[in-house]
Amino acid sequence: MKEVVVLSGKGGTGKTSIVGSLAALAERKVLSDCDVDAADLHLLLSPSLKQETEFWSGKLAHIERDKCTECGLCQDLCRFDAIRDYTVEPTACEGCGFCFQVCPADAVTMRENLSGHWFVSETRYGPLVHARLGIAQENSGKLVARVRKEARHLAETQGLDYIISDGPPGIGCPVISSLSGANLAILVTEPTLSGIHDLKRVLGVCHHFGIPAVVCINKCDLNEENRRQIEEYCLSEGVAVASRIPFDNVVTEALTHGVPVVEYSQGRVTQEIEKLWHGVSGMPEHDGKG
Amino acid sequence: MIIAVASGKGGTGKTLVATSLALSLSGEHKVAFLDCDVEEPNGHVFLKPVLTGRETVTIPVPEVAEERCNYCGKCAQVCAYNAIAVLGNSVLTFPQLCHGCGACSYLCPEGAISEKPRGTGVVEWGEATGVAFVHGILNVGEAMAPPVIRKVKEHGGDSEVAIRDIPPGTSCPVVEAIKGSDFCLLVTEPTPFGLSDLALAVDTVRELGIPCGVVLNRAGLGDAKTKEYCRKEKIPILLTIPLDTEIARLYARGTALVDGMPRWRDRFGELFKRIKELVDERGGSTQR
Repeated sequence: MKEVVVLSGKGGTGKTSIVGSLAALAERKVLSDCDVDAADLHLLLSPSLKQETEFWSGKLAHIERDKCTECGLCQDLCRFDAIRDYTVEPTACEGCGFCFQVCPADAVTMRENLSGHWFVSETRYGPLVHARLGIAQENSGKLVARVRKEARHLAETQGLDYIISDGPPGIGCPVISSLSGANLAILVTEPTLSGIHDLKRVLGVCHHFGIPAVVCINKCDLNEENRRQIEEYCLSEGVAVASRIPFDNVVTEALTHGVPVVEYSQGRVTQEIEKLWHGVSGMPEHDGKG
Repeated sequence: MIIAVASGKGGTGKTLVATSLALSLSGEHKVAFLDCDVEEPNGHVFLKPVLTGRETVTIPVPEVAEERCNYCGKCAQVCAYNAIAVLGNSVLTFPQLCHGCGACSYLCPEGAISEKPRGTGVVEWGEATGVAFVHGILNVGEAMAPPVIRKVKEHGGDSEVAIRDIPPGTSCPVVEAIKGSDFCLLVTEPTPFGLSDLALAVDTVRELGIPCGVVLNRAGLGDAKTKEYCRKEKIPILLTIPLDTEIARLYARGTALVDGMPRWRDRFGELFKRIKELVDERGGSTQR
C-alpha cells in the first residue's frame, strides 16, 4: 500500500482539483481530505455519509467563579494571555493546564474539548475519510492524524493499493501531520513568484522529514520565465517535474458542475493529469521512513 | 485601525488585496503591512521592502539540571504536550513538542528545571515605498506558527492603519492572526470551493466578534452563489476584482496590482473609506 499526499505550500494552486481527478483515475484506493480546517474535496466527489465521529482532543481551562478568590496567579503565569478578569478566553487557551496546577483555590477545571468531527463516506470512486475542525479550534494536526489513521485502516482491511490525500496549504502543524510517514508527496505549484517561493519551503519540509516528492506545475503557461525557473530549480534539487498542466477555464467549469475535470473534458488538462498519475503510480516503492 | 485580510481558501488573492490596500493608503496615512502568513509569507514579493531589522522568535523550553533532579516525575505529570518524560533515572525532553507554557520549571519541587530559548522562526522589518513592512518566517520543519504570528503582531503599533495578511484556513494560526483586528476583509472567488471556505471564514470572524466584508476576486468565473450567500448573510461585498489575465500576469511577476494598474489605487482608497464607515458605525476602533 502506498500513501500519496498532495501539498503546495501556497494555497489555491489546484491541489483539490487534482486530487479529485486522481480519485477518478486511480484504482483500488482510499481518499482522504487532510485539509481539515477548509475541506473541499467532498464538493467534487458527492459523498454519501456512512459514519460520523466526534473528535475530542485536548482540554480547555475553565474557572469556576464561585470558587475563584481573584488572587490573579493564573493570569500572571499564563503565557498565552488566555485569562482576563478571571475568565478564560477559549480561543486563546492552549490547554497547558498550568493554571489548573497552580490555582490555590482549586477553582480551575480542565474540560475535554470537542474540537471537530471526522467522517467516513462512500463515493463512486471509493471510500473517503474527511473531517471538519470546529470553528476557531486548535489541534488540526491531531485531527489530520486521526483522518490518516482511519484511511490506513480502511486501505488495510479492504486490501487497497493507494491512499490519496488532499493536504492543507502552508508548512506548519497540519502539513507536517499530513506528510510524516507518507510514501510520496506531489507538490502542486504555479509559475508565479509566490508559487515558487512557497514551493521551496514545502519541498524543504519534505526533505526535512525524508519524504520523496515530485512537482506538478499547474497553470504552466501563465508565465514562461517563471516556469523555466521552476524547472531549473527542480533539476538542481533532483526532483522530477511529473506534469505541466496548462491554464484552462475548463477546470473551474468542471468544479462548478461538481465533477473532476478528467471526467468533464478530454483536453490537455486531462492528459497532463493522466500523465501525473501514470508517473506516480509507476514509481518504485518507498518505505516512508526516509 | 487594524484591518485583517483573510479568506479561508488559499490562493484567492489575500496578498494581492493586502499589498495593494497598503500601497494605496500610504500617501495619506501612516501605514504598516504585517505579513502574518508566517508559513508562506509572500508580501515581500510584491512590496520589495528594504529590511532594516531582524529578531529571532523563540519558545522557552525546559533544561533539566540532572544533578538537582530526583526523578519524582512531577514535570512529566504536569506537561500537557508529552514534551518531558521521566524514565527511571533519566529525564528526556522533546523540545519540538513543547509549547513553552512554563509549568514544568515553575512546578519542579527541586528547582531543577530552567528554561532556554529555542528558535522557531524570525521576524524581519523594514520599509517599502512609504509602508512600514513586517513579516514573520516560520522555520522549515517547525509546526507551531502562533508564536511567530504573536511576534509579528507586536509591530505596527505606531501606524494609523495596520494591514495584516492572514494565512489561509480557519484554525489556530488564523485565529491568532485575526484576533485584535477592527475589521476583517474576506477575499473569495465565486467557485464552489471559494464559497465553502468563505462560509467557514465568516463563522470564524463572527466567533471572534469582528465585523467583516467581502472582496470578490476573479469575478466572472464560476457561478452566482457567492453573491447570493453574501446577500443572505448580510455581508457587504466591498470590492469586486474581475477575472483578468493582465491582473494574473502582474501577480505572476510579483508586481502589486496598484503599481501595474494605477487606476486601481482609487478603488482601494474607496474600499478603505467603506471599511472605515463600517468600523465607525460599530463604535470606533477597539484595543488590540
